[in-house]
Amino acid sequence: MKKRAKTLPGVTRRQVLTWTTLGVAATVTQAADAVSLKGTPGWTPFSDNPPESFDQQGWLFFTPEEAQTLEAIVDRLIPADELSIGGKEAGCAVFIDRQLHGFYGTFERLYMQGPFHQGTPQQGDQSPLIPQQRYRQGIAALNRYVQQSAQKNFADLQPEQQDHLLQAMEAGKVHFDGYDAQSLFNDVLTNTMEGFFADPIYGGNKDMVSWKMLGFPGARYDYRDYIDRHNENLGLEPISMMQWKARG
Amino acid sequence: MKKLPKTDVVVIGLGWAGSIIAKELADEGLEVIGIERGPWRDTARDFNVATVTDELRYVMREELMLRTRQNTCTMRNNPSQTALPMRTWGSFHPGNGTGGAGNHWAGITFRFQPEEFRLKSHLTERYGANAIPDELVLQDWGTTWEEMEPHYMQFERVAGTSGYAANLNGEKRAGGNPFEGMRSGDYPTPPLRQPYGPTLFAEAAKNMGYQPFPVPSSLVSEAYTNPYGVTMGPCTFCGFCTNYGCANYSKASAITTVLPALMRKENFTAYTNCEVLEVLTDSSGKKATGVTYIDSSGDKWEQPADLVIVAAFTFENVRLMLLSKIGEAYDPVTNRGTTGRNYAYQTANGVTLFFDNKNFNPFIGAGAVGMGIDEFNNDNFDHSGLGFLGGGSIRVTPIGSAPIGYRPVPPNTPKWGSQWKRAVKDNYLSTMSIGCEASSYTTRTNYLSLDPNYSDPHGRPLLRITFDFAENDLKMAQYCTGKVAEIAQSMNPRQIVAKPMSGHWNSVPYQSSHVVGGFIMGADPSTSSVNKHLQVWDVPNLFVVGASAFPQNPGYNPTGTVGALAFKAAHAIRHYYLKRPGEMITA
Amino acid sequence: MKTLTSLSLAALLATASFVAQAQPEYDQISRGSYIATLGDCTACHTTDATQPFAGGVKLQTPFGTLVGANITPDPATGIGNWNYDDFKRAMTAGIGHGGKRLYGAMPFTAYTKMSDADLRDLWAWMQTLQPIHHEVETNQLPFPFNIRSSLMVWNWINFDKGEFQPHPDKSAQWNRGAYLVEGPGHCGTCHTPKNLLGGDKGGQFLTGEVVEGWYAPNLTNSDHSGLGKWTTEDIVSYLRTGVNRFDIASGPMADAVSHSTQHWRDDDLQAVATYLKGGDKQSEKVPQPLPASDERMQLGAQIYASKCSACHSPGGRGEQNIFPQLKDNPLLNQSDATSLIRVVAAGSRGVNTDIRPTAPAMPSFAGVLGNDQIAAVVTYIRNSWGNAAAPVDATAVQKVKDNLQ
Repeated sequence: MKKRAKTLPGVTRRQVLTWTTLGVAATVTQAADAVSLKGTPGWTPFSDNPPESFDQQGWLFFTPEEAQTLEAIVDRLIPADELSIGGKEAGCAVFIDRQLHGFYGTFERLYMQGPFHQGTPQQGDQSPLIPQQRYRQGIAALNRYVQQSAQKNFADLQPEQQDHLLQAMEAGKVHFDGYDAQSLFNDVLTNTMEGFFADPIYGGNKDMVSWKMLGFPGARYDYRDYIDRHNENLGLEPISMMQWKARG
Repeated sequence: MKKLPKTDVVVIGLGWAGSIIAKELADEGLEVIGIERGPWRDTARDFNVATVTDELRYVMREELMLRTRQNTCTMRNNPSQTALPMRTWGSFHPGNGTGGAGNHWAGITFRFQPEEFRLKSHLTERYGANAIPDELVLQDWGTTWEEMEPHYMQFERVAGTSGYAANLNGEKRAGGNPFEGMRSGDYPTPPLRQPYGPTLFAEAAKNMGYQPFPVPSSLVSEAYTNPYGVTMGPCTFCGFCTNYGCANYSKASAITTVLPALMRKENFTAYTNCEVLEVLTDSSGKKATGVTYIDSSGDKWEQPADLVIVAAFTFENVRLMLLSKIGEAYDPVTNRGTTGRNYAYQTANGVTLFFDNKNFNPFIGAGAVGMGIDEFNNDNFDHSGLGFLGGGSIRVTPIGSAPIGYRPVPPNTPKWGSQWKRAVKDNYLSTMSIGCEASSYTTRTNYLSLDPNYSDPHGRPLLRITFDFAENDLKMAQYCTGKVAEIAQSMNPRQIVAKPMSGHWNSVPYQSSHVVGGFIMGADPSTSSVNKHLQVWDVPNLFVVGASAFPQNPGYNPTGTVGALAFKAAHAIRHYYLKRPGEMITA
Repeated sequence: MKTLTSLSLAALLATASFVAQAQPEYDQISRGSYIATLGDCTACHTTDATQPFAGGVKLQTPFGTLVGANITPDPATGIGNWNYDDFKRAMTAGIGHGGKRLYGAMPFTAYTKMSDADLRDLWAWMQTLQPIHHEVETNQLPFPFNIRSSLMVWNWINFDKGEFQPHPDKSAQWNRGAYLVEGPGHCGTCHTPKNLLGGDKGGQFLTGEVVEGWYAPNLTNSDHSGLGKWTTEDIVSYLRTGVNRFDIASGPMADAVSHSTQHWRDDDLQAVATYLKGGDKQSEKVPQPLPASDERMQLGAQIYASKCSACHSPGGRGEQNIFPQLKDNPLLNQSDATSLIRVVAAGSRGVNTDIRPTAPAMPSFAGVLGNDQIAAVVTYIRNSWGNAAAPVDATAVQKVKDNLQ
């Protein structure tokens, strides 16, 4: 049997080596060319499984024009008002940009084999397009539509005009050339809400703005001291996953 | 294809069922190999307390679930439609990796009731054969409560299940579920403390004459060491539970309760990231000879074994049997064949209660913390003249309130803009809901088969689900949700919104991962696939274990019964099969 | 269909040839096997479970790498051409076959205290080992430490030869414990501070030392940073199961528990506890805990509530057998915080034993906490709930990280 070391998802080469050195307590062999485990797996210092995040500045997927359009949309979906800053300032467009740059952008984890058919509503999303294509084609179609009807880009419309168009997209009452307006709206709405309410590590929810608005305490893991305090405002400040890393 | 040395036992899947059986058989001294299609999962690394609180990753992006790219299902509502692939999970969440779906489950650990194991007989006796709607194909399980009870006990002791026994060796005690079957032992740990929502619900239910009880939970209420010597810590009500792995060893799963002890066995080996392709049989078709699997670099291997245990998720159990041509594939037209028949789901209903001036702190919770009543579950109430059978478990279980998914607002609230934002803020802390997890009864046209159009990356057909809710179940949903609404109304909220299950089964919104049947147990080989020991009819050295064995689904979560069936199969192998290997067990 | 899966010593001894021999020899071999367990020979002499005692374990010392020798009776690569006198000289004087001096990593400075009877039993057992041909180059030290004659000087400074002498005014149990700790158990090898030459510092027996990136803590009976607050039950539970209310064995001690102490007889563990608890309480300079108002303490408290309390509980209460209590825990008061910093930054898996198989792991926090934050939370737990110890700074955290990467 051929035996060769290899790295597999979830079991890094470093770990394989470490477990092997534990000798009696744990052995890992490469039987059958895949990771086979015998014994309690050991521990490699610093071993973790962190979230996907990107440190680079600037737009990683969007062109400046796409970004401008998307920022205008997210700022109407989540407008700045007395309750919170707007979607743009909260980083929702940055969030979507990072998502499209990462594994979500290509649906690399999803079943994307054809044939592709529309199907019934119960059969769910059957589009052959991956999110990167959806945003690229959708935003282009939106701006073509606005150019044709108002000779400007979406971002340059008045807020009331933007709301009006977004409402029409949501209701399926407007048709873009080359892309389904309603599905663009649905994707942007879903991803914008993800960005506004997800942990700030992903680029949105700046300063945990949405969590502060709601009273969601975030990345806490122990409410044993609070569970018996019924119907009471606990006044817990939210915490984010990288709360202290950012400052260190 | 290269052939590996023969082993005594090969177990497919290292979730709850596979890990339990592997441990029990390794304790018997057998050489056991467990094959898992996903990665090795480690609590401290993969569910690090510092990064596990990540709703985007674990809920929206389905981090712990099987990647649909690796394997998915196709679905349709009826046989006249063309099934299409589920490209992302929605309705249910199959797991992946050691621990399986047991890593991200909620922890609710009901036992099925004594009547369930002889459901058809029981309903016929009580209401007459004519009372069973024609569309339903209900069956008995071929086993009895008395045979199941010791194995429920075993599973609860491994999982550390918390709760309050209402019927302990015949002694009736107030405060537990008065409808549960007689228990031979108490819950291993006492009930969890309750947040505000469940407490308020229990008061209201009690005022209406119902008997509320703490939901049995395998999120343990205190540090607990199980019979394998493995220790768990207490649940902290963190609210990152269902869909998440547990960072502090308080949610029972194979990785927190079984694998630590199993991995110490010198006669056990786990192959991870290896996907089983087929169960092999000899030329007679009556003896399993092992399995073939493919490793992550695409190499194929044959692992011969004397005994083969298939203990993957419901879908993969049935698909492997279809791909391996074990039993005859079910045909809804001729009503012949057993592999794939009696597929059922769960009927999810709920009522949302909007209050002013209440604060539920909904982020305090866990998948199985809560209070429930069982007056309208299964056959706990008289169905005479109601026009349907079955019922549901009514309960308040605040699972946490991470806000991408949890933002209750009254109907007709806009989905965006300032008005939306105001509604979200105003209702976030002051809303609660009462769920009703209800039965799903099998019909002739709800079944599992191989898809003719779509295949996995290895070219094997995907599993095709043909399912829609039985008329019976939709009527039941209306009735039971109405009962929930009465309780809700008595709590004087500003507004209630009742959502009984209605219309066609929709694969998009999450409902539950309680998919059952397709390779069911029973006493008659013409209508079942495995006997009461989970042993495949006519292939004595093959056992198929999991919710795939349920002939229909009562109004309870399935995991307690999956665990009990795993212990039942292990018991049968240890005490009967090994004495006469290669023969059907007649005991 | 059942398979014999473990080729245990017991199985080996049960074969006909052994049974046919005289019973005393069986007893002697059995005793010798137990002494090998007491001495944890396998820790340095077995790398591969299928090749027991064939050597090859690398030991990182401050001076370079030493490798455990092949001690099977293979004539060419093991000790097959040694006799008992050779063996005894190696164990008690640090002089190997042909007069080669052994390095101090071989704890002959402890084994010198072993009785002749025990050494004879051990030797008898070693004769029963399967000879394995496995060449090991034990000395991989750089110049000048690779010159074995340098060891003459080392021995002159660091080595007191001689068998353990019981203290007549102490109980038999205490004396047995002292023999085990100072002799075959060689606890001082890790737990006694070392001088510049790697020898034990006089008068500081078992007061704690850094070993392999861990701090082997103070085992004296002092209340603040020693075992003063541990009961004899705590000590026995720790050695037997790897777990007690204060700690789960991790790092090198996990191996010691796994290979050695979990298999010790109960009366021997009781004796060790009696001896360790019977020691004098050193006068310690107990520092004042930092005030809660200290900035580091405030930050540490926030981090503790968010990241630590889910396991170690509010107030550092811990949970029996799975999450060590931090409250009133002398391990947190050690002068050196290396182990604490390490487990917070890099994580660590606890030991698994027959009685306690759980092996929970402490996750790594280096991905979410910077050096200042790790320093703050370590400082916080070292100065809360009855603990008091010097604060830790970011430089110390970085140093621990550097040593691990």
